[in-house]
Formats: sequence, structure tokens, C-alpha cells
Amino acid sequence: MSAEARREEIISEQAAGVSSGDAIWVENLTRTFGDLRAVDSITFSVPSGELFGLLGPNGAGKTTTLNMLSTLLKPTSGRALVAGYDVSRHRDSVRQSIGIVFQEPALDGKLTGRENLEFHAMMYGLDRYTRRRRIEEVLALVELTDKAKVLAEKYSGGMKRRLEIARGLVHRPRVMFLDEPTLGLDTQTRRHIWDYIKKLNRETGVTIILTTHYMEEADYLCHRIAIMDQGRFVAQDTPSNLKDLLGGDVVSLEFENGAEEMLAAAQSLAWVKKAKQHDGCLSLTMERGERRIPELVSLAQGKGITVTCVNLRKPSLEDVFLHFTGRTIREQEASSAERHRGHPHGRPGRGR
Amino acid sequence: MIHWTAVAVMWLREMKRFLRARSRIVGALAMPLFFLAFMGLGFNRMAVPGLAGGAAGGAAAGTHTLSYLRFLVPGIIGMSMLFTSTFAGLSVLWDREFGFLKEIMVAPVSRVSLVLGRIAGGTTTTLIQGLLLLSVSIALGFRPRSWAGLVPAVLFMFFIAVTFIGLGLVFASNMKDMQGFSIIMNFIMFPLLFLSGALYPMKNLPVWLRPLSYADPLTYGIDGMRATLLGVSMFSAALNLAVLAGFSLIMVVLGAYFFEHSESV
Repeated sequence: MSAEARREEIISEQAAGVSSGDAIWVENLTRTFGDLRAVDSITFSVPSGELFGLLGPNGAGKTTTLNMLSTLLKPTSGRALVAGYDVSRHRDSVRQSIGIVFQEPALDGKLTGRENLEFHAMMYGLDRYTRRRRIEEVLALVELTDKAKVLAEKYSGGMKRRLEIARGLVHRPRVMFLDEPTLGLDTQTRRHIWDYIKKLNRETGVTIILTTHYMEEADYLCHRIAIMDQGRFVAQDTPSNLKDLLGGDVVSLEFENGAEEMLAAAQSLAWVKKAKQHDGCLSLTMERGERRIPELVSLAQGKGITVTCVNLRKPSLEDVFLHFTGRTIREQEASSAERHRGHPHGRPGRGR
Repeated sequence: MIHWTAVAVMWLREMKRFLRARSRIVGALAMPLFFLAFMGLGFNRMAVPGLAGGAAGGAAAGTHTLSYLRFLVPGIIGMSMLFTSTFAGLSVLWDREFGFLKEIMVAPVSRVSLVLGRIAGGTTTTLIQGLLLLSVSIALGFRPRSWAGLVPAVLFMFFIAVTFIGLGLVFASNMKDMQGFSIIMNFIMFPLLFLSGALYPMKNLPVWLRPLSYADPLTYGIDGMRATLLGVSMFSAALNLAVLAGFSLIMVVLGAYFFEHSESV
């Protein structure tokens, strides 16, 4: 990139009021396929070093968003800066700054693990010495050093995914995109991949944008998430804030006697948002329920009431999704499959 | 802008894949050799009209008659290279199928570099196969008119490879998957083969087909090889070379253009 183009870039950034700390800055980004608005005017930004998740059912537009941010697809309208570069105007600079793990494997099976990494490292212009050092480094990170000489087609699903994560890191990108990083992996492998992702973010400080339709994955991994549905962002916050929006946790208490008395006592507590009694059982809605349980139990004991059972239920992101869209993510996927059946190539629907 | 490292990496990858697919090499050689053996032997004793010489063959044609088997060797080499190089161009589709195309497309290098790398890789592998085929033919008794004629023949082989890799790239860039493959096979590749006069003298074809034959780049590749290896041809070697080189340039530009403008996902 020429010095002039860079200067122009800086000026346009200043004009847009972009803070240099943002790894991603997106405004009204839109992509249509025919009549379908696969991504419908989304706006968000991700500060450097954050682990940001796009959560939504298949066909919500997550992959299309990633494809635009990684310069594989041109936006229909709107603007997106990745690592400070405009994805439409400075594709090569964007590409140099990002690493990607695609939803479907993107390895050359006829090359060994190490050769796949070498191909990548050379494509990104690393010299021989740096190449060797970085490749050793990333192979060790994903624990594939002793499998480096095996053809990639012989790898298991989890190993392929790890190799791809390693590959995405070889050129030290500022931003890493992970598209459904654990799709199709068994539970144990999924746990492993989660740990790698966390470790990666913690140890290298790389900004990570991941898409997922697994609630627990978004909850466990992401600092912040955006819930995406039919091409739009319906909510955007930290997982715990999103869950707090629902009014908090539900603590259920069962008593041998004196449930009515406890109901009256609970209703007078400032931090109890909702209190309901049914069959000698009390359901109380509150924030940070686990901290309140001891208080509730000692309150009951002070009144000579015996607590026989306590249950704490935290709202899940599934509840949050339900709250914002009026449906569960599973129902949404079923109907979005329906929605895309009319499109012969099924591209947005299959999340290519 | 051309990133030469990227060109080299693409070429290197093609070489590694080629050397690892030994069965593919054997397969690619077996088919043309069967053609050569069975068609050559089957038709060798028949009088194929128009065999002994064309315009530029001139004096040579008058002095010796050309056996069908000898006539067939350049044709079969051309045929085999037509298929191998078009498939090399179409290999973009395999990369798309196996997802690797995305890895290539997000690399911070220009698409022109990717195209050049692919052409370099495909040309090398196709040329290796063509040379192997020529060597096997020589080992089996094929004698070129003069050994010096082998050098320009290789030049023709080079341009055949480049031309049809370009053609393969044009198709691959305009296709989403392998579904159109059989259409290309039946309606492009085989007509190109039959129009080129690879298997029989082109002038035996009806006159109204001739413009199509003249539009087929393979015609000039094979005729050029016949000029240099056998001394019998319709056009002069220089004319053949000029036309074929022109075709290869056009195909490379078209292939690069369509690849540049193809959607990567």
C-alpha cells in the first residue's frame, strides 16, 4: 500500500471518528442476495483484545457478516473497518491483518500439516527463519508437533480444526475470525477447542470474533455477544448483562411449614423482584441468586421455618434469545430452513 | 501487481500434489498409450486418405509415405495434453469443493499472482506428462524426422498446456461446482479434440466444419508438432507457433479476468 493511500486511510478514519483501539468498526453493514437481506444494516464495534461472539441460528447472517469482514464478499452497502482498514477499499491490508478459520475445513488434504502451515506462511510473506520459528510455535500451541508430518486428510475433525487455528495464527494477525469453530465436533473435542481459544486470546491478546449457534459456547467463551436473527442484531452486550435483562435468577425454596409467612417476608425484601408461592414452594426472582440463598435460609431459620430444598436456576442465553425473538433458537432454525428452501443455491441458508 | 512468492508457492504446491499422486500419473499415461496402441495398430494398414502430406509438407510428403501410427503420435500427445491441462485449470473447482479455495482467496496477494502460479504449476505437470508420453513413444519405436525437431515440438507442447489451462480457468471461474463438468467434457473437450485433426487429417472433415477447426487452438498445436516431428503439416511451423502463442495469450488473459471477477465463496 502506498504512503498516500495510508494517509488517506488515516484521514478517513479520523473523519469517521474511529478510535484506534477498535479492532472492528462496522456501520450499517448490509448484504443482499436477490430479495433476501442476508445481513441487514448491522452496526457494532469490537475493541482490541476482546473475544466477541455472533450468536444466532443457522441462516441468521453470521457467516455472511464474517465473509464481508474478511473481504471474501463485497458489502452491498455500509462500511466496515478491520484493524483500521476499510474492507472494500484496502482488501490486501485487511487480509494481512486477519486470520480465519472457516466453518468447513479449508485444508489441502494432500499436503502434510506442516506443509499447510508453510504454504500459508509463504503466502503471507514470512521469511524462511520467521516461518520455521512461528510454525514450531503454533504447532506447539495446538499440540500437533508430533503430527506435523502426517497428510492433513488423515487428521481427525478436531485435529483439522486445531491445525486451522494454528494456521490462522502463523502470521500474527490482529484479528482472528472463527466461524462455528466447534461445529460437528464431539463434546470432549469441543471443550479442548474452547480451551485453545481462551488460551489464544489470553496469551496473544488477539481480538477474536467467533460465530456460533451454541448458546453455551457463546456464554463460556465470549466477553460480549451480539444476538443475530434474520440478518439483524437484536441485542448486544455481555452474556451476564443480557441474562440480567430478564430480571435475574430464579431461586426456588421448599419448606416443611410456613410457606405463607416466608412469602410475606420475601415480598418485603428490596432485592426480590418477583415472588410466587405454589404448593408449599416459593419462587423468587432476583439478581445474583447464589449470593442471596444463605440470606434466605438464615431468614427462614430465624423464623423457625425448616427449608427442605433449594434450587437456583440461572437464565440461559436460550432464555435471552427467546425473550428477544419470541422463539427458541431451534424453532428459528427450523423456520429459517423453510425460508431458504425457495433459494436454489441455498447460499445464505447454508451459511456458506 | 504480481507477488512472485505467491506464484512460487502455488507452483510448489502443484508439484507436491503431482508427485504424491503417482497413480494419477500412471492413469494419465495409460489412456493415451492405449489409444495409440489400439488405434494405431488397428488403422495402420488401412489407407487413410490425405495422410501423405499437406501444403507445407511439400517435398517430404512426396518422398515417403507416412504411416498412420507415426501420424497419430503427435495427435495423441496433443489429446492427452488437452485433457490434462484443461483439468489443471478446472482444479480451481476441486479447491472450491474441498474448501481450500477460501484459504487461497483470503491471502494478501493479488489474484493475478494466484492465476500465474496455477498456470505455472499446471503447465509444468502437463508438460511432464506430455514429455513422458513422447519418451514412451520413442522407446516403443517412434522416430521423429530429426532429433533437433524435438526442441520446437516441446515449445508447441508448452503453448498447448498454457492455452488449455487458461480455458479451464475460464470455465472454473464461471461454475459453482462440478455439476457442469460432463457438459464441458461432452460439448467442449471432445469437439475440440475431433476438430483438431488429432486422430485423422483435418482436411477429411466436411468443408463447412473447417472454420470451427481453424478456431480450435489444438489444431495449431498438433499441426505444429507434426511439422516439427514428422515434417508433414498443413501450415508452416512458424505460422502454427504464432497462432498458438496468440491463443495462449488470449486464454491466459481471459482466465485471469474471469478468476479475478469470480465470487470466492
